[in-house]
Amino acid sequence: MSILINKDTKVLVQGLTGKTGTFHTEQALAYFGTKMVGGIHPKKGGENWAGSKGETLPIFATVAEGRERTGATASVVYVPPAGAADAIIEAIEAEMELIVCITEGIPVSDMVKVKARLEKSKSRLIGPNCPGIVTPEECKIGIMPGNIFRKGSVGVVSRSGTLTYEAVFQTSNEGLGQTTAVGIGGDPVKGTEFIDVLEMFLADPATESIIMIGEIGGSAEEEAAQFLIDEAKRGRKKPMAGFIAGRTAPAGRTMGHAGAVISGGKGGAEDKIAAMEAAGIRVSPSPARLGTTLVEAIKG
Amino acid sequence: MNIHEYQAKQLLKGYGAPVADGVVIFNADEAEAAAKQLPGPLYVVKSQIHAGGRGKGKFKELSADAKGGVRLAKSIEDVVANAKDMLGNTLVTKQTGEAGKQVNRLYIEDGADISRELYLSLLVDRTVGRVAFVVSTEGGMDIEAVAEETPEKIITVAIDPETGVTDADIAKLNEALALTGEAAEDGKKLFPILYKAFVEKDMSLLEVNPLIVMENGRLRVLDAKVSFDGNALFRHEDVRELRDESEEDSKEIEASKWDLAYVALDGNIGCMVNGAGLAMATMDIIKLYGAEPANFCDVGGGAGKEKVAAAFKIITADPRVEGILVNIFGGIMKCDVIAEGVVAAVKEVGLKVPLVVRLEGTNVELGKKIIDESGLNVISADDLDDAAQKIVKAVKGN
Repeated sequence: MSILINKDTKVLVQGLTGKTGTFHTEQALAYFGTKMVGGIHPKKGGENWAGSKGETLPIFATVAEGRERTGATASVVYVPPAGAADAIIEAIEAEMELIVCITEGIPVSDMVKVKARLEKSKSRLIGPNCPGIVTPEECKIGIMPGNIFRKGSVGVVSRSGTLTYEAVFQTSNEGLGQTTAVGIGGDPVKGTEFIDVLEMFLADPATESIIMIGEIGGSAEEEAAQFLIDEAKRGRKKPMAGFIAGRTAPAGRTMGHAGAVISGGKGGAEDKIAAMEAAGIRVSPSPARLGTTLVEAIKG
Repeated sequence: MNIHEYQAKQLLKGYGAPVADGVVIFNADEAEAAAKQLPGPLYVVKSQIHAGGRGKGKFKELSADAKGGVRLAKSIEDVVANAKDMLGNTLVTKQTGEAGKQVNRLYIEDGADISRELYLSLLVDRTVGRVAFVVSTEGGMDIEAVAEETPEKIITVAIDPETGVTDADIAKLNEALALTGEAAEDGKKLFPILYKAFVEKDMSLLEVNPLIVMENGRLRVLDAKVSFDGNALFRHEDVRELRDESEEDSKEIEASKWDLAYVALDGNIGCMVNGAGLAMATMDIIKLYGAEPANFCDVGGGAGKEKVAAAFKIITADPRVEGILVNIFGGIMKCDVIAEGVVAAVKEVGLKVPLVVRLEGTNVELGKKIIDESGLNVISADDLDDAAQKIVKAVKGN
């Protein structure tokens, strides 16, 4: 079992014809044959995309047409920042079940508009500014390096792309492997929060333990911790390890991710760590000990 | 991106917000002419730096009992005397750090008779994903202290992007600020104006502290602090022109030319990392092993060899840097591109401090091969823990 995506998930690519879209679509096709079924380009509908190893995919003019012709339920967005919000809205209007936006640097006001549309739809957006989702040995959407994954029992959810890789790599090295890894993204306004993914991991019988990686800025980690406390009271609880990036970050400065800023005395690492520990998460002091910390949490 | 108070006020004035008349000066010689353009007899002389707490700030060069960075003046001569006292000196506030900031611009403004001081700001409320007004009757003071001591006095009103500011929103804001009569009428005009400015110009923060009710019962924007969403600057040429590079760290300016996410810090270990989270975690782990990072640097996902080389050069040019840690977990970023960039930069500018490189992820074998074959004196690391321990040891051994 897994969450969000599996071997049957069919995926369209918005922004397939660009350099990034092309490279990562080739990687996805090579990853256990992820069902990448087509690309979208308003002016290249009817043409074919060709990868560097002779792969080909049909290109459709619109997401709606692509969905109609392929039966795809998911789309991944590699469109540059200026047009990314429109691309997401097009996917929402085409009623894609899952939209994964990799693009970094989308203006916040564009995401405010997207969020309003999203709330009135049935689509789930992951990201933007995220590395995507991987269900090991079944489906890879986004830019995560496939070779670090092993099929297994850990659910990984993270605001940071590269720290997701660390968590995956380390749990693979510990022999645990992953059910699904979800990068929810580093922007302040995004489609999916920790709570949404934690709910899915708690409900997924194959997920036996969870790693949650947060960072400074906002209060999503605190809200997730409260959610976990409430769920534990209902008897739903799984061993968890965590990490918060940005303990040493100065207040008031945006640390790369648009959402990673301590403002008005709020969003600091120590508050988040305290909230997570209160919810029973074992928080690792070092990003290099995510795997071993989870093993300790599982042993209890 | 931040701008000065006077720029923020000019911008808001363009949208029709009630702000006082004022003139910016760069030289004390201009003070008299500036004051003469204003009605008087009350003037305010305000230091223009990108930091808050100016009123309570102290000038390094002046005696401890000298007045702060915002001063009242009751005559034109008084304006001139204060301008001479302030311009060119270094203002230290609780937001500038000990080094302070040199005051290169003053804003001479028409004074106002204040009846009440209120707080108003606009920001993106990330919990609801909407632009929100944050208001309080407790204006003119540190809003963080108000939030800490009397959180019930801070009211948040989130705005639906599909309707904009509604009559119901206006009523809530007027009530929260206890505005009545003419002030409430002014509020009815002001709130949509501020919302429009915020959204149209892609601001990330618009803070009016204080918003005042004057003795005559009317509202006025007495102070204004505006920051813009860096991700939206591409569509606002007029906003980009307001940038004052003298307010920024020179290394950060160079980094921004390359679109690098870089923040200068006080330690001695330079870091070059891909991904914001990993870059923060790399700083954290350096600290965990007892040393301090010299910078935050995320080269991003789509960087080419030239950008990587530029980042490496900015880091090596920092005189505080006594060792460098390159930590890459390739996703979009390919390890061979990083390796080529580092090798190219070292060949150009040399390497005088220890360099630890940790590579993992996409094209890792190719990256390691490029480093190995370059003949450079690089300490390789197996994982993040190993990398952090090695660079801390190398720097402390110096």
